[in-house]
Amino acid sequence: MTDLLLPVDAYLVEWLPEIWFGAVLFALGMYVILDGFDFGIGILYATRTDEHERETLLAAFGPVWDANEVWIVAFGTMLLAAFPRVYSRLLADNYLLAIGFVLALVFRGVGPELREQRDDEWWKRYADYAFVGGSVFAPLLFGMLAGRWLFGEATLPVVLTGIGLVAVSIATGAAFLAAKTEPGLASELHAYGIGATLAYLGGVVVLLGVVVLTDAGGAADTVLSLPVAAVVVLSVTVGLGGSVLARHGQYRAWLASALMLPTLLTILVAVLLYPTIYPPTGLLVREAIVSPLALNLVTVLGFPVLLLVLWYFKFLYGVFSGPIEGEGYRG
Amino acid sequence: MSLTTLLSTVGPGWVAFLSPELASRMQFGWTISVHIIFASLSIGLAPFIIYFTWKDVRTSEQRYARLRSFWVKVFAAGFVMGTVTGIPMSFQFGTNFPQFAEVAGELIGGPLAFEAKMAFFLEAVFLGVLLYGRDRVGDRTYLISSVLVGFGAWLSGFWILIVNAWMQTPRGYEMVTRNGVEIAKLTDPFAAFLTPRMPWMYVHMMNASVISVSLLVAGVSAYIIWKKPDTDVWNTALKLAVVLLIVSAPLQAVHGDAYGRHVEDTQPQKFAAMEAHYETGQADLHLLAFPRSLEALTDPRAENLITVSLPAIGSFLASGGDFEAEVIGLNEYEENPPVALVFWSFRFMVGLGFLFIGLALWGGYLTYRGRLSDSTRYLRTMIAASPLGYAALLTGWYVTEIGRQPWVIQGELRTNEVVSSTLTGTEATLTLVGFVVVYVGLMLTALYVLKWLVREELQALGVRESSEGRWHGPIPGVSDDD
Repeated sequence: MTDLLLPVDAYLVEWLPEIWFGAVLFALGMYVILDGFDFGIGILYATRTDEHERETLLAAFGPVWDANEVWIVAFGTMLLAAFPRVYSRLLADNYLLAIGFVLALVFRGVGPELREQRDDEWWKRYADYAFVGGSVFAPLLFGMLAGRWLFGEATLPVVLTGIGLVAVSIATGAAFLAAKTEPGLASELHAYGIGATLAYLGGVVVLLGVVVLTDAGGAADTVLSLPVAAVVVLSVTVGLGGSVLARHGQYRAWLASALMLPTLLTILVAVLLYPTIYPPTGLLVREAIVSPLALNLVTVLGFPVLLLVLWYFKFLYGVFSGPIEGEGYRG
Repeated sequence: MSLTTLLSTVGPGWVAFLSPELASRMQFGWTISVHIIFASLSIGLAPFIIYFTWKDVRTSEQRYARLRSFWVKVFAAGFVMGTVTGIPMSFQFGTNFPQFAEVAGELIGGPLAFEAKMAFFLEAVFLGVLLYGRDRVGDRTYLISSVLVGFGAWLSGFWILIVNAWMQTPRGYEMVTRNGVEIAKLTDPFAAFLTPRMPWMYVHMMNASVISVSLLVAGVSAYIIWKKPDTDVWNTALKLAVVLLIVSAPLQAVHGDAYGRHVEDTQPQKFAAMEAHYETGQADLHLLAFPRSLEALTDPRAENLITVSLPAIGSFLASGGDFEAEVIGLNEYEENPPVALVFWSFRFMVGLGFLFIGLALWGGYLTYRGRLSDSTRYLRTMIAASPLGYAALLTGWYVTEIGRQPWVIQGELRTNEVVSSTLTGTEATLTLVGFVVVYVGLMLTALYVLKWLVREELQALGVRESSEGRWHGPIPGVSDDD
């Protein structure tokens, strides 16, 4: 290999491994934010018994969820491309959690697809069970997987991470629906959103407290650091502020603040991990990264495409912006 | 490794769990078999949907809008199934074969990430527009969305096959030790991504998808025409499917023949397994072969075959014209793939391939005579043939994948070296059972979705449903002979 345009023996820029650490967590964050409100809608769906309202909830996420879900594949494959050792260890060490999560996604994915195929109560009920069950278990198990990544085998922090992801999904799902539905439904949903936000904030504080007390994953010192404190204070501010906005019917502003919660959560994950990338093995970012040529290549080919993908999403959400029209999963 | 060592008895006495290796291989084989059906449905339907959307936008004829709407719904259902079966696959490299992910991560990670970013997002985002956006975007944007969805599906296959082709004919890397583990380090991206196998696999797989979906579209159209003979809409669909079949079915045979010679050059062991050819030297072509005992069915070296053969034709095909050519036999290798499985899968695929050419020619003749939609015999045959494209596609895939064993990366890394060391037989077996149950449910669901869509269409065409739930069309205006 002599005539490549790319440098073979050095990273394009010195900080490329760290940039990829950020890129992988960016994909993770996009997944937690975008599929998060899909999960939230799926969980809140269980609170609706009126057929028209259920159809409205399905119509709210119908055009976008396929695309939202691709972020989990983007996250997984980017992790494999940049940090194959972390990818393989994380999934092999947490086999049942990972398989459980993907099976929950299967149920969540096919539930609405099945529901619209037959107009029969029995059929719809079981399709709804699949949809709601998948929507609860997917974030729960994915959160627990993230918990295992951060804290190793410490059971309580792992379970709390899972529950926290469910709560933040409900909060963002409620805010998304409130911003897109008629006032009557929105005002009923905001109570769930506020409850979930408070539960999430409380959960994060308890989780971090447990981590400090037990030094789970060796993260006690990091939790007591300034960046973590800043993220926690910001989360509490944004969460409480969002709740006030929700009470006053400022649903679009509430949505903006609610989406900040999973964003801050992802930043918290980044702070807790770096400079290691898989605490149970003590692997550092720079030890786990692939060789310069491979990383340069995925950077040069992949980053422009990532920008294009963000443009696609802007276009997609633009086409389907505004209040939900009509009903039904297939528009 | 023999079957008895693969089957371990780690269960609580009354139950025997499979070994992690066997269960993982079965799990991966099973999940990819189901996934591949839905993935190729997207690939094969793409040209139909683009054509119907284009005609709809250009001519505003009702029949094209109707066909587009019907097949986009099938595409969407297939895409959902493809997504939900594809996500577990993107995890299985890590959960079941972590050593493979770790060793080959530099080579396979990039293409897989490109697939997600370049192809999968494109398909998913613009499918949302295609499904829900007819009234929200202009004609041009709508048409472009259909093209982008189709392009995404074909691009997705491109990146996935780059990975698989590299596993068949690996190049562009060197083995180095990093963090105490020997891994494949990327040294030449052009060599690694554009392996000798890549163009062969891509043409064969994309064309197989087009054949499979053409047969499916022809079968569904034939069924609806059979129930409701005077429907212009479905005559259009049937004709298009037959035209695509006339192009794609013979192409597959010509291409497949050349592909076989390439396999003989690059993976002689797989070629020998395809032909059950044991002794190096002149090769016969076995048309039929049976093991002498039932035990041999599961014997990976099932060499005791009773055969019906054409002498020297194997050499002729392998070399492209030389009856005397030497073909390397399976006895040259210490370990071979399960020969019987590869041998039979190959024959099944080739046999079906010739059947499809026959169906294409028959359809071409009827079209020429202007009687395509009038021949009850042809309509019934095409209804029966509608799942066969997938049978050929899957058996072809088994030839490719099982034929590569015992290697996961040909000549470099064995499958039994990459199975997770922390995985227990219990976990692997139970999750295998879970995947089998859930995916059988998914496939039944997909079939029901298709059935309901067809029923809806028949209702729209005014075909009555009797109290027994069976369909009775108006008096068929079709002849019983052709």
